[in-house]
Amino acid sequence: MDKTLEKKQFQALLKDGLSIMVGGFMTCGTPETLIDWVVESGVKDLTIICNDAGFPEQGVGKLIKNHQVNTLIASHIGLNPFAGAQMSSGELNVILIPQGTLAEQIRAHGAGLGGILTPTGRKTIVEEGKQLMAVNGVEYLLEPALGADLALIEIAKCDPLGNAVYAKTARNFNPVMATACETVVALTHKMVPAIDPEVIVTPHVFIDYIVKEHDHA
Amino acid sequence: MHEKEIIARRIAKELRDGDLVNLGIGLPTLVANYIDPNITVFLQSENGLIGLGPSPEEGHEDPNLTNAGGQYVTLNPYGMYFDSATSFGIIRGGHVDITVLGALEVDAEGSLASWIIPKKLVPGMGGAMDLVVGAKKVIVATTHTNKGKAKIKNQCQLPLTAYKEVDLIVTELAVIAVKENGLQLLEKHPDTTIEEIIALTEAPLHYDTVKDMEV
Repeated sequence: MDKTLEKKQFQALLKDGLSIMVGGFMTCGTPETLIDWVVESGVKDLTIICNDAGFPEQGVGKLIKNHQVNTLIASHIGLNPFAGAQMSSGELNVILIPQGTLAEQIRAHGAGLGGILTPTGRKTIVEEGKQLMAVNGVEYLLEPALGADLALIEIAKCDPLGNAVYAKTARNFNPVMATACETVVALTHKMVPAIDPEVIVTPHVFIDYIVKEHDHA
Repeated sequence: MHEKEIIARRIAKELRDGDLVNLGIGLPTLVANYIDPNITVFLQSENGLIGLGPSPEEGHEDPNLTNAGGQYVTLNPYGMYFDSATSFGIIRGGHVDITVLGALEVDAEGSLASWIIPKKLVPGMGGAMDLVVGAKKVIVATTHTNKGKAKIKNQCQLPLTAYKEVDLIVTELAVIAVKENGLQLLEKHPDTTIEEIIALTEAPLHYDTVKDMEV
């Protein structure tokens, strides 16, 4: 089973209107090479789900700056002025979600759950339009699970099947996003013959395709 | 002493040996500089680590090792990394002893506004809403006023980060606890008076014995 992809094969997975989860936290752990290939493909009307809006020249910020994004679901957009400007002009629909809620909505989808009950956002504008539910006398917000068509994640190394480990804080959203999307593409910095089964973070069953960074860097 | 240093030094005295602590971006980050060297405090960063160490020496930055503000950091011995869902499980699950964060406004009920000025500044809440709801103790680190305009209000006017979650407010002038019946002035800076603090605070302040802040 060969899971490796070249650029052309990767770009064949892309089309207008896709929802794409992108790993990374202020672009630490974002698979930049894959973002560059999405930019080059020119696909439009994307829904991007990412912790933040990246920077104008880094991470998902490149897709926003290139006007490829219709909707951005994130916890923070403050470091990319293009995101704020496109939101103000009405070009970009921004949905801000508390970071922990975002992570857990994604985890829930990957785990086959319909949603989560969280105290975060109670009595704030985050609860507007949402269902409240009391459990044992405590009120929670019902937040639906969140999945997407495609996940683009970055890993430090993997074996040929895609059993993966991450590098330090570049882990962040990558492991949960890998569980929550129809198709998962991992950009790896290294491919090794085997990884100690005790330390594997993401089991290979979550990884559909692997792009080797060193072939393209 | 600069007002930010006064605030950071005072908050550092709230930390106890063995505490798991999350320091927000900006002023709260300075608290790390003043932690008693005789105690061990574990600093968490919500992007996925516990055991935050000092800034790396120039030339030793690791692009895969940052804090939640995107700055390059180091990891102390016994530190570890985890994913975002685990990180917020730690936060929301009540495993963080103290979170320290800034404020645009904080009010008499302990509600906090810190993430949005509608139509002006819409950066997003990041992890702040989860931290304030989840941490056992919430400490607000803020200058007492915004250029003379009260930040400690009867009721927050800006959209909330969280409702009734703040426990302690530390400014360059005062230490104020949030109690059931409102705000209690606990300490004042030695160079100021109770009257001055009351004049610069919109919310009513209760007080009995007011100690001088140790700075």
